[in-house]
Amino acid sequence: MGFLELVNFYIIPGIVLGSIYALGAVGITLIFAILRYAHLAHGDLATLGAFVAFAVVTGIGVSPYAALPVAIVATALVAVGIDKVFYEHLRERPKIITVIASLGIALMVRAVVQVIWGVDSESYVRGISRPDVYFGLRIRDREIYTVLAMLALVGALYVFLSRSKWGKAMRAMSDNPNLALLSGIDNKTVIVLTWVIAGGLCAAAGVFLGINTELKSMMGWQMLLPMFAAAILGGVGRVEGAVLGGLIVGLAEELSVLILPSEYKAATAFVILLFMLLVRPTGILRGKVL
Amino acid sequence: MEFIGLVNYALFMGIFIAIYALLALGLNIQWGFAGLFNAGIAGFFAVGAYTSAIITSAAADGRIGGFELPFLVGWAGAMVAAGLIAWPIGKICLRFRSDYLAIATIGVAEIIRLVIKSEEALTNSARGITGLPRPFGDLPYVESQAAFLLLMIAILFVAYLLVERQFNSPWGRMMRAIRDNELAARAMGKDVEYRRLQAFIFGAALMGLGGALFAHFNRSITPEAIDPMVATFLVWIMLILGGAGNNRGAILGAAVVWIIWSVSEIATDQLPHEYAVKAKYIRLFLIGLLLQLVLRFRPEGLLPEPLRGDQGASRREPKSSARV
Repeated sequence: MGFLELVNFYIIPGIVLGSIYALGAVGITLIFAILRYAHLAHGDLATLGAFVAFAVVTGIGVSPYAALPVAIVATALVAVGIDKVFYEHLRERPKIITVIASLGIALMVRAVVQVIWGVDSESYVRGISRPDVYFGLRIRDREIYTVLAMLALVGALYVFLSRSKWGKAMRAMSDNPNLALLSGIDNKTVIVLTWVIAGGLCAAAGVFLGINTELKSMMGWQMLLPMFAAAILGGVGRVEGAVLGGLIVGLAEELSVLILPSEYKAATAFVILLFMLLVRPTGILRGKVL
Repeated sequence: MEFIGLVNYALFMGIFIAIYALLALGLNIQWGFAGLFNAGIAGFFAVGAYTSAIITSAAADGRIGGFELPFLVGWAGAMVAAGLIAWPIGKICLRFRSDYLAIATIGVAEIIRLVIKSEEALTNSARGITGLPRPFGDLPYVESQAAFLLLMIAILFVAYLLVERQFNSPWGRMMRAIRDNELAARAMGKDVEYRRLQAFIFGAALMGLGGALFAHFNRSITPEAIDPMVATFLVWIMLILGGAGNNRGAILGAAVVWIIWSVSEIATDQLPHEYAVKAKYIRLFLIGLLLQLVLRFRPEGLLPEPLRGDQGASRREPKSSARV
């Protein structure tokens, strides 16, 4: 197999898939670090975001890229609402109770999607998109947009976390919640901000998955394991780690086809997850371990 | 519905309640008494079902197994196989907080689903394994169902007695100590990881047995026989609603939830087809909502965990979710 073939059929799709995982993994890593539990409904929120964009695309006939901001805002609002209605009153109880609640929320969000949009596969645009060839590399426009959007969104988040007052408050909550509370950081606002960011980013992950593949009611649930693997691989609480982890998991899934039967592509993320927990649970960039 | 139809339906429902009650008991060992989050119940169920199927079915071309051994051997094999799958997962994940176990068990269930769907030599992939022996399968239909139900009740009763005995023994006290105050238990010299691993494996073995019983009841097992997410979630809501940490609660929860679940299915099946399909998802939504309501308003479940020894001090969490 030539080098170009390897890049065209494995590396490029891997980077695109990895960018999508990265968008979701950033939200998971933030929730893990700030709220301190594994949010199992994350994948299904991504599904919801993708289908909200689908409603906008079919409703007013715009491109999915124009529908992306609507999906991000709507899913962020839903995420904040879910936190207020279902998670807030569990905050004083052991964190694992919230994990159970989030498993139920995953089922509920998926049921809503299935009732409103049904269980059949949908796509934003009909027809086949042909890749353009740049120096022998076959790249589709949508693949460029996916990677660029991921870099822009995560870059903006990175600047927000490192420069702004509220971003620093979020990092303080993640590093040491008691110290942060003692310093007078408004815990409630930090939590709302976390959900806005996590919800918005996971809607973006859902929309880009929908743009690059198709929309299904199970699409988000199937992304959950790779997203968690990415977050743990990069180091829990590290945004740049989640991006790195997402890219590695995406590439590993695509490259796994070279050595494993393609049915087991989805198992790659699980193997990475167990391997990291076994040898280096803090992840590549030294995150935290709960 | 005629009388005989009602009897048949009740027998059918009773058998399913007994199978789900076994799963809920298994989860009770893991979650109720050791605080371990298993989100891959359907995976262990499937391992049990297929193991027993391979051991007891007749030989067939292109597939390993077909040993035609008696069903009791198959059931024992199912428990061993489910426990063996649980062992490495527990070994890796039980060092960390239960969140990691939750994620890993979701992964295990997914891998098991992939193996079942693609390993034709092992599971006959989509067609599944058929022709399993069924205890009392030679009797006329109603008698056969009734005899099978009695067998299920006997198995459930034995499992209940054993698990209950285990919980009241020093081992059970130690498990609760580890769950409620890990640090103190560790300071007393308890090997926390090893004990958790035991609880995880015991629970998984019971789930495997549940899967084997299900397969033999249906005389077949196919990848489509159960919806993994729905089954896993149903067992969780059964245990939480019934009362985590209480074995009778787990069985009661299985009965209540399964009756609600299957009676509501009859109700929605009366609807025109297009609505009936959607109604399934509305029922799923409502069962998810039920979990949220139980967690909020009755976190201890219908039958709370019995207080043993020093009253109140042993509770896992304060009864009122008081907030400041």
